[in-house]
Amino acid sequence: MSGLSSHRLLAPFRDRQASLKATLGLTAASVVLAFVAGALIMLATGIGPARIGLAYLSMLTGAFGSLYAISETLTAATPLILAGLGVAIAFRCGLFNIGAEGQLLMGGIAAVFVGFAVKGLPLAIHLPLALLAGAVAGGLWAGIAGALKAKTGAHEVITTIMLNFIALRLVDFLLTNPPIQKAGRNDPISQDVLASATLPSILDWIEPHYRLNAGIFLAVLVTGLIYWLLFHTKIGFEFRTVGASPDAARTAGIEIGRSMFLSMAVAGALAGLAGANQVLGVLGRASPGFSAGIGFDAIAVALLGRGHPVGVLLAGLLFGALEAGGRHMQSQAGIALDIVTILQALVLVFVAAPALTRAITGRLVPGRAARSKATP
Amino acid sequence: MLVELEGITKRFGSFTANDRIDLTLRSGEIVCLLGENGAGKTTLMNILYGLSRADEGVIKIDGKPVTFDSPKDAIKAGIGMVHQHFMLVPVFTVAENVVLGEEPVRGLDRLDLKSARQRVEAISRQFGLSINPDAVVEDLPVGVQQRVEIVKILYRNAEVLIFDEPTAVLTPQEVDEFFTIVRTMREQGKAILFITHKLREVLELADRIDVLRLGKLVGHADPKTADTRELAALMVGRPVELTAARSIAAPKQPALRLEDVSVREPKGELLLDRIGFEVRAGEIVGIAGVQGNGQTELIEVIAGLREVTSGRVLMAEKDVTSMSPRQRHKLGLAHVPEDRQRFGIVPPFMITENMVLDCYYEPQFSWGPMLRWDHANIAACERAEDFDVRTSSVFAPARTLSGGNQQKVVLARGMSRPISVFLAAQPTRGVDVGSIEYIHKRIVEARDHGVAVLIISTELDEILALSDRILVMYDGRITAEFEGSSAEGAVDIAAVGVAMGGGAPAA
Repeated sequence: MSGLSSHRLLAPFRDRQASLKATLGLTAASVVLAFVAGALIMLATGIGPARIGLAYLSMLTGAFGSLYAISETLTAATPLILAGLGVAIAFRCGLFNIGAEGQLLMGGIAAVFVGFAVKGLPLAIHLPLALLAGAVAGGLWAGIAGALKAKTGAHEVITTIMLNFIALRLVDFLLTNPPIQKAGRNDPISQDVLASATLPSILDWIEPHYRLNAGIFLAVLVTGLIYWLLFHTKIGFEFRTVGASPDAARTAGIEIGRSMFLSMAVAGALAGLAGANQVLGVLGRASPGFSAGIGFDAIAVALLGRGHPVGVLLAGLLFGALEAGGRHMQSQAGIALDIVTILQALVLVFVAAPALTRAITGRLVPGRAARSKATP
Repeated sequence: MLVELEGITKRFGSFTANDRIDLTLRSGEIVCLLGENGAGKTTLMNILYGLSRADEGVIKIDGKPVTFDSPKDAIKAGIGMVHQHFMLVPVFTVAENVVLGEEPVRGLDRLDLKSARQRVEAISRQFGLSINPDAVVEDLPVGVQQRVEIVKILYRNAEVLIFDEPTAVLTPQEVDEFFTIVRTMREQGKAILFITHKLREVLELADRIDVLRLGKLVGHADPKTADTRELAALMVGRPVELTAARSIAAPKQPALRLEDVSVREPKGELLLDRIGFEVRAGEIVGIAGVQGNGQTELIEVIAGLREVTSGRVLMAEKDVTSMSPRQRHKLGLAHVPEDRQRFGIVPPFMITENMVLDCYYEPQFSWGPMLRWDHANIAACERAEDFDVRTSSVFAPARTLSGGNQQKVVLARGMSRPISVFLAAQPTRGVDVGSIEYIHKRIVEARDHGVAVLIISTELDEILALSDRILVMYDGRITAEFEGSSAEGAVDIAAVGVAMGGGAPAA
């Protein structure tokens, strides 16, 4: 057979592009609807339309309106993307990783330790080493849940939640004891990360308070890496097969226990990297609760991103923008930051209930409903 | 009662599932609706049963147009349906199952099981169903469970009964009993609509035959004059060879052997009881049996998906008892699983991905840790073409394919490499006639190339058409063996049927 590259069955499958479009449309509609619903909530709490307008406007400028705003958005997005990828890859293998928060804590504390305890190394070695420590610690932590699932069938939702609690208290304990605790302090706080293990700021040459650090490059790089892993490697194919149909995977000779363990370990490594990014790039040390709920927001980011690396990247950026914009909104319009949490939750509600979203947008935009109904 | 469907049209996007279909049902008549998978039979039934709505056309009952928004409306209008998969609560009694959803109550809210039992008994007597209202459903054989479904419908005063592939789960004896019941219902003035792809049953039972192809009603046939060949041609749109042309087998060395294989549940139930047989290279062995007699476990044991309690499995005299599915695969075992949707394909995956599901790691498709999708895509194109998979693109998700085409993907995957043992469970279940012909041809071809083929099927027709030797499985044991049909003579179908029902084989 010659000219195989032009085989008739290599034609693109059109419905695939259509469904991608529908997904993007649904997500965009969900975001818009969330903002509309958010405005209604603010109205109901007695905030006037003018202030709501100001709130959204300041949110927009706070997220994208200046280089500083963009720096803040990307700073907030970086750990969300990394941990979001962690939730997404486990999800692709059929596992619901609720434990990103704990994995992030364990990764962060390991990165801090390597960041201050290992001395005399150049940045080019010390920083990767600290990042690696974060990834390994997170990976091992999640690996516990993965191994329990693979060997005993223990449900990963339960085990990861429990591991979250353990990680939280373990980190508190470590922070109040040597060698982690900072010398001369009684409160729980770690030693400072050495300069040689700090993720370099990348915009401070413009303004010293621009916080954005090299972690964003790491996030983008890792997004590409996870995409490659999922769609171009044997391991990724096994992950996806196990996630889509464990029965078919087993029948085809895939060891599903191994895939589950590995996907959890990779997931934990990514969340661990997110923790390392926080302590090595943003905070410079570890303090109680440095995870700041990022591991839980990451679940939302992964869901919004439909478990696809590129989707997670975009969802992470959106959530980062909401967070950065929200802080600006709070100072400019005097509206509590809580509304941002409400907005994030609303976006997910609309994404999770596509029929509802289609029904509303169909009513608002005539002609749309007919089309969305046409596809079963 | 007279039910008329006029000009029923149903579209899904650009696809027309039903195209201006007219259908009439009268009291005291059995109408058979024949059609390949994907011909639009189920869509039409769903419209008649209120599960979906037609884009165009009307349903008339006794001349009056009606609209059904849900099965509830259809039931109220006297239309009932027995689904292919029963909708029964296993731990409830027959009477409880029958009244479920429409329980007779006494006083405020007290379940009146007594009157329920009386109604069930009355219906059972009237239609010759012989059902005990107090029996627990999970204890009943499948054939009786089906009768419970029928009682459920009659209890709701149905005048029109729709049966969707009703004989798929029955033994030959049960089929005969079922036909008697259907005829009794006809005599009592019910209208019966019978959906099936089994041609012989259609000819035996129907008063009228309507044939559906690609969403259109393509013809009627008179069961008195039509024959199976004619019906098949009408259904597929071209002449079809119904029995695979099969030369006499030339069995060589044993390729698969089971020695005293037993499987015991942790709870103690014996699922496989000292199974022993061999399949030689170049022969087709068929295992007949009613569903649930250990076939599933037998397949799993051979494929490496279930551990044996005792005994040995050998491939080409090599002990593979403790080998993983992949190791057996590498030794030349190909496996077509019983439940294709669940075990055979990954529905959301592209055809390419499904085509390499069990061989993606081979050097042909991988390079280090990476997959070579370019190679996989080309291989998928070739295999799809070779096995006549009807699709526009190998990038289409497998779920967009019809059942027959999904099965061809599974077969293509198994047969597109050097194999020694081909294990096929229900290779043509839910597959249209046109594809059955093709699949059987490929299986016989594999045999002729020296592959040992083991077919496990509950469709006796299939076993008879393909097997050089027939083993009957009953209650976890091999209870009988028959020579396959050949030029010298046909198999004694009745004897096989008796063995399938657990009776002693007439020697």
